[in-house]
Amino acid sequence: MANLDDLYREIILDHYRSPRNRGELVEATSRTEGFNPLCGDELVIYLIVRDGVLEDIKLTGHGCSISQASSSMMSSAVKGKRLEDVRHVIDRFKTMMTLHDDGTADAPAPEPDLRSDGELAALAGVVKFPVRIKCATLAWNTLAQALDEATA
Amino acid sequence: MSSFDPRRVRIDTPVFSRVINDRPIVYLDSASSTLPPRPVIEAMDRYYSGHHANVHRGVYQTANEATDIYEGARRDVGHFIGAPDPRHEIVFTKNTTESFNLLARSWGAATLRPGDVVLVTEMEHHANIVPWFQLQAERGIEVRFVPVRDDFRLDLTDLDRLLAGVKLFSFTAMSNVLGTRNPVAELVAAAHAHGALAAVDAAQSVGHQPTDVGAWDADFVCFSAHKMLGPTGLGIFWARADLLEAMPPFLGGGGMIADVRTDGFVPAHGPTRFEAGTPPIAEAAGLRAAVRYLTGLGLDEVSRYEHELTELALELLASGVGDRVRVIGPADAVDRGGVFSLDVEGVHPHDVAQVLDQFGVCVRPGHHCAKPLMRRFGLAATARASLGPYSLRSDLDVLVEALLAAIKLFG
Repeated sequence: MANLDDLYREIILDHYRSPRNRGELVEATSRTEGFNPLCGDELVIYLIVRDGVLEDIKLTGHGCSISQASSSMMSSAVKGKRLEDVRHVIDRFKTMMTLHDDGTADAPAPEPDLRSDGELAALAGVVKFPVRIKCATLAWNTLAQALDEATA
Repeated sequence: MSSFDPRRVRIDTPVFSRVINDRPIVYLDSASSTLPPRPVIEAMDRYYSGHHANVHRGVYQTANEATDIYEGARRDVGHFIGAPDPRHEIVFTKNTTESFNLLARSWGAATLRPGDVVLVTEMEHHANIVPWFQLQAERGIEVRFVPVRDDFRLDLTDLDRLLAGVKLFSFTAMSNVLGTRNPVAELVAAAHAHGALAAVDAAQSVGHQPTDVGAWDADFVCFSAHKMLGPTGLGIFWARADLLEAMPPFLGGGGMIADVRTDGFVPAHGPTRFEAGTPPIAEAAGLRAAVRYLTGLGLDEVSRYEHELTELALELLASGVGDRVRVIGPADAVDRGGVFSLDVEGVHPHDVAQVLDQFGVCVRPGHHCAKPLMRRFGLAATARASLGPYSLRSDLDVLVEALLAAIKLFG
């Protein structure tokens, strides 16, 4: 039986209660919306991308604790990074959230140079609750789309 | 509590033997789908084991038996809702949603002209909104909404003005989000006074209170077998016989024709005109058993019992969980069914439902296919608990315990 503590880790609840990088960016170079029509989650990501660097990121929207915490942790993890590093983090996160056909998931690869790696690993428990995976990935899919648009 | 015994229903319902997360299942999602009692399951099993054959075709023994079962279900469900002539009034569909699509695509497309108005309410399920918007896009009809008041009841002060130019007033007997029961006969009479027809969404009410389409004086009624202890995959569309006879077929194919030539076809008479292809025969057998079972319980008794439980639930939710739980629906049990949409301050409905699952409690998070209503109250979603004839006071106690745990977890 999947334990609720695997899902609602303290660091996740902390990000839910005190989300980082909330708000709009007036000088944003891109604004991208993400939706989860089944649960009604909505997210807007504002980015400032300059010279191949994600200089700033802010988020607005609403959703469950998992989607809100995931987007907050994501914003901390990617802010100030070079775009290729941002894409790398996105890929790693999406791999962590991938459930194989046999129901097993990949453990997150340790990567000590990522400042927020420990925090992101807290979301690994979400894969034990398959219906919640889409809550955790909404922000990341939206960010990937935002980067595609920003660099198109 | 009344003489009705929900424990008997519980014993009859196999799903209640399930254990979820080491706790007995607490099923509070009957507004999504009710749990079938053993007689319903056995009726379908008996049909497949002893009688299965296609209907309306064969001359052999079991084919006739299958036809009798299927047509018997049409008759029995018709009598169950007070239909004067089920053989000419009941159409079997896939679900309530398909029943409304049949109404819109057949009656609506044949009758409505550009500028004609269909009046619905703000508390409708998408099934009674989207088909009308589809006709709006294709045929230029107008879709109008009766607003919902802050006390979660229909605002009928401007009903006469809203009914001007209306050809059909289509509304729910009971909201699947709020639990509000609407004054069906009064609304039908208002529609008729303005020369409009009236369609009733009875999906949420039919398994919980007596239904009499004659007393309602309705023209169309839509509901589903699986919300009245029956199986999934079977919806019911009732129409006044004269209206149904004038409606053109909606789906074409086998079973719905009187004749087919190389230059065209002639549709069959009666309800089978709308039942193209092999119909859900086993499900009809299940529905028939559900009707018999509910009749045995007595819908008056079920209604009285659920009303008492609703009063208790409203009391518990108002006092037993602090002030952070808001019921999005009428605060008193008058003209109200056992549906409780909960807004828990600081805890998203999805998270509420997740914590409740740890206690074996089944509730539904989301917008409940009623986004205009959710928007009206500034909500994206609620966590909805709902009652059935098998619900017990102890279910409500576990619900309260689990809600307190959710509130505690999220601080």
